[in-house]
Amino acid sequence: MKRFLLSCFLALLLMTSGRAQEGFVAALPGLGASFGETASAVEKLGASGDPRGLPILKALQDGTLLRAGDGRILLGQGNAAVDAATGAAAPADGAEPVRLNNRVRSALRSALGQLQLLSPDATERAAAADAVFRSASAENIRLIDTALARETVPAIKEKLRLALAAAQLAGTEAEAKRQAITTLGHAGSTEAREILLKAKAADASLAAPIDVALTEIDRSLAYRRAAETFVQGLSLGSVLLLAALGLAITFGVMGVINMAHGEFVMLGAYATFLVQEALRGTPFAPWALPLAIPAAFLITAAVGALLERGFIRHLYGRPLETLLMTFGVGMVLQQAIRLGFGAQNREVISPPWMQGTLLLPGGIAMTQNRLWIILFGILVFLLVVAAIRFTRLGLEMRAVVQNRRIAATMGIRTGRVDALTFAFGSGLAGLAGVALSQIDNVSPNLGTGYIIDSFMVVVFGGVGSLFGTLVGALTLGIINKVLEPYAGAVLAKVFVLVAIMLFIQRRPRGLFALKGRAAEA
Amino acid sequence: MSGGAGNPILYLDGVSVVFDGFKALNDLSLIVEAGELRAIIGPNGAGKTTMMDVITGKTRPTAGTVRFREHDLTRLDEAAIATLGIGRKFQKPTMFDALTAFENLELACKAPRGPLACLRWVLSPATRRRIEGVAEEIGLTSRLGDRAGVLSHGQRQWLEIGMLLMQDPELLLVDEPVAGMTDQETEHTADLLRRIAGERSVVVVEHDLEFVRALGCKVTVLCEGAMLSEGSIDHVQNDPRVIEVYLGR
Amino acid sequence: MTPAETPAPERGTARLALRLLLMAAILILAMLPVLNQLPVDSALHVSDFIVSIGGKWITYAVLALAIDLAWGYAGILSLGHGAFFALGGYAMGMHLMRLIGTRGVYGHPVLPDFMVFLGYKELPWYWLGFEYFPYAMLMAMVVPGLLALIIGFLAFRSRITGVYLSIITQAMTYALMLAFFRNDMGFGGNNGFTDFKELLGMPLQTANARAVLYYASLALLLVSLLLCWRIAASKLGRVLVAIRDAESRVRFLGYDVTQHKLFVFVLSAMIAGLAGALYVPQVGIINPGEFSPGNSIEAVIWVAVGGRGSLIGAILGAFSVNALKTWLTTVAPDLWLFALGGLFVAVTLFLPRGLIGLFSREKRA
Repeated sequence: MKRFLLSCFLALLLMTSGRAQEGFVAALPGLGASFGETASAVEKLGASGDPRGLPILKALQDGTLLRAGDGRILLGQGNAAVDAATGAAAPADGAEPVRLNNRVRSALRSALGQLQLLSPDATERAAAADAVFRSASAENIRLIDTALARETVPAIKEKLRLALAAAQLAGTEAEAKRQAITTLGHAGSTEAREILLKAKAADASLAAPIDVALTEIDRSLAYRRAAETFVQGLSLGSVLLLAALGLAITFGVMGVINMAHGEFVMLGAYATFLVQEALRGTPFAPWALPLAIPAAFLITAAVGALLERGFIRHLYGRPLETLLMTFGVGMVLQQAIRLGFGAQNREVISPPWMQGTLLLPGGIAMTQNRLWIILFGILVFLLVVAAIRFTRLGLEMRAVVQNRRIAATMGIRTGRVDALTFAFGSGLAGLAGVALSQIDNVSPNLGTGYIIDSFMVVVFGGVGSLFGTLVGALTLGIINKVLEPYAGAVLAKVFVLVAIMLFIQRRPRGLFALKGRAAEA
Repeated sequence: MSGGAGNPILYLDGVSVVFDGFKALNDLSLIVEAGELRAIIGPNGAGKTTMMDVITGKTRPTAGTVRFREHDLTRLDEAAIATLGIGRKFQKPTMFDALTAFENLELACKAPRGPLACLRWVLSPATRRRIEGVAEEIGLTSRLGDRAGVLSHGQRQWLEIGMLLMQDPELLLVDEPVAGMTDQETEHTADLLRRIAGERSVVVVEHDLEFVRALGCKVTVLCEGAMLSEGSIDHVQNDPRVIEVYLGR
Repeated sequence: MTPAETPAPERGTARLALRLLLMAAILILAMLPVLNQLPVDSALHVSDFIVSIGGKWITYAVLALAIDLAWGYAGILSLGHGAFFALGGYAMGMHLMRLIGTRGVYGHPVLPDFMVFLGYKELPWYWLGFEYFPYAMLMAMVVPGLLALIIGFLAFRSRITGVYLSIITQAMTYALMLAFFRNDMGFGGNNGFTDFKELLGMPLQTANARAVLYYASLALLLVSLLLCWRIAASKLGRVLVAIRDAESRVRFLGYDVTQHKLFVFVLSAMIAGLAGALYVPQVGIINPGEFSPGNSIEAVIWVAVGGRGSLIGAILGAFSVNALKTWLTTVAPDLWLFALGGLFVAVTLFLPRGLIGLFSREKRA
């Protein structure tokens, strides 16, 4: 408590003391005089702890800090400017921007850190804590102590503690150094690792404890990397799942091989783009993506129904011809889109709530849109399972697949069921297109990259088994991402393809095969 | 009416086949003697076709022994089993529709089966005479040049039997040979099968009890994948268990 | 074709007409380089463009023949035959690269330019021997054959048929494309091989070399055609048709289906490899784009358009589709992909027996 009060007092002193006031005013003329003087002025501003220094340093960082011919320092605001010392408007004519070099930049970083550490804005303080941590300078110890004492947000407190440890490690006190090493060891970040390595190089007597800390960091880094690989694999797996689910219906359940499936995915992505463009400037614009989901589904489902009724149904029982025919349809669709929208990529903007990175427990980073795709993939999967199990169409679909003649004699209009089933599978491809528009380039050949992988997923998981498709997609996604660091993305893909071919040797019908008489047909 | 005593050519013991928990064959045992003619009857789903599948290597048994002479059939694939001397006629006549009847018989003809041997294959006058002889036996002499796809159902049945003869197997498995045949043809078939037996073993699966009676051989009744009864046609027709299965309750 | 039958008279005349047409076509093809030597103002003069494009199409026709042997007869629809073609092309490309010698940009006596650029110190082991023409030609057959043997063995043994096999072969060519795009594979990465100088002592950019390559391609086409005919007319041809129509029934007759399919698949891959080997010096470049799945499936459509199961049909298809392509890509490039896609649809729906089906009324094999 005593210490706390003391710190508050110190801080107060720092903020308001005449020395600081003087420091602020005295520092200004140095800015822009020479690189050396600019740097020391920046350091002074940082050490002053004066909040008035913050906008000046930020302006310096943004390149809007000007130095007039008479040595006054101005904050540029477009064409106008204000005097940095007084805040009064001032003409900017003839004023030159204050230039930076690396030394000034590094001084600027720690000075900004120093000032921002005490900022009223929590995100600014967190960023500052990170900056101060990275600078790992012993000069900051006092400042960090002060900030730590005032800090109330636990996450920032944690950052400050690390920053303090980094600063102490650069200091002179032996016991503090030892403690700092342990603290940094627990941090388990690459930055902490670098700081420790630097300290080890600087002071050989610390080698032993630092090595212990380094092993700890390496272990937790490895763990985190594994977790991140897993999450990335899961996210790739969900993409594959979305792309393959439609195939699992059209190919797996109906036995119709649709090589235009990739183009249906591409149509879904373009439908998303169209919805976005249609809603641009309207109040619904932020909701373009959710609204694109039904739109993409309906558009691709309609194209699918047309394809089935117009062409595919004439080729039932001739899978190789169906394959070639649908490939041709895919080419036509691709070329039509290329002529209609141009060959270049179209941009689909992620809504704000899908942007940014999410920090999962354990320091695992994950972009928001990946998380949404995983959720979307699982949701669509559950909906498909439910649709097949619990709806009338699902029941009729299963009946027609099992025994078309008997289904027909029971009054099921098999042609209609075929068309609807195919439309359903195609619509799912459209949904995959909505998802892919968030992470991939929306271009006419968007689908070609996914079609072979999707077929592999269906074959690997077991034709006709939705659960197999789920497991197959996630497994392939994760295996791909696990192999990538060792083999590179391309060879990883090659390995997976080869592995699937070998796997089919042992289980020709895939992971979750239908057995018995039904599978013979 | 069993053939040579104690000289089994086909030996099934404790054979079970399970599909997803459904027992298509349940601890089935069956012995066919060399030169024997045997009829297998049983209601739908009794496991007759599955039994054929197991013998010809199409289906692997979950448990049990299947031997043909000294060969363990569970370790061989369809082609190897066929080469050993087991020929099969399918329930639904199956042949190569794009080829002529002559070509179908030629393919079935016992000869080296490798790709290079087939490439070098020259039709010898003796083989041609044999094909023409079989064609006469099955009454297809005038249709030898026609594609199998255009033949009638009965003619296809005959053609497949002809292919079986060309294969010259030791054991013939014949699945419902007389479906779609006229009474006269049925009689002819029974006659043919009786003649073939003696030199070879023949196992006939049939629904048509009149036909089975005409064969005049030992009958095995299958039900729910197991043997229900065995003996002469009169014996099994009077077996109360068989009557129950066929007539119910 | 069997001696037991007498062909129906109209079938006989149709076949005779077809044979005469074929002879005429071969004669015309054989004359092209000769006509090319005529003075430019002669009415019968044939331009260099026609000769070089003709030579290219002939190699395409060989590829189509190879695909037809596997697909039309044995029912193996390979969507990866472009890979065999490209591998043969790469084997020839490696030979041509070795022949550049010190004439490359870097003037290295042994290493091709791209290897010098990438900092190779010596030739990778798999490049050894490619300076010898017979070895390179052998590899143009052996490497595709070996790949077909491995893929075919794995696939046929586990009875992967129909569309599954098609997808696996497509995955194969896709994987090879990705692999060949990599610089560290030692095959020139993205750019592949180009800037060839000579072959068998002939500078490649001369009319003489063009004519020699043209006749070599034509000879390959005729030899492959005779070989395929021989197979089609033999009992093996009938076994293959039987496998195509009822694979499992063939097994019950005692034929080892895996062996027969492997035989025809490997042979077909080797023919495709040789076609690729003759294609590369005529177009002057080989790069990983040749492995793209689109190329393979385009070659399949040549066969479908011409008429699968008919060897002449396959050749006819290769020529006619490529003629359409050459014409359309100069007249209206945007329309070509519509036309190609439309061909896929039209042929499968309306002309299942292809152009050749228009000639003969009765269905053969």
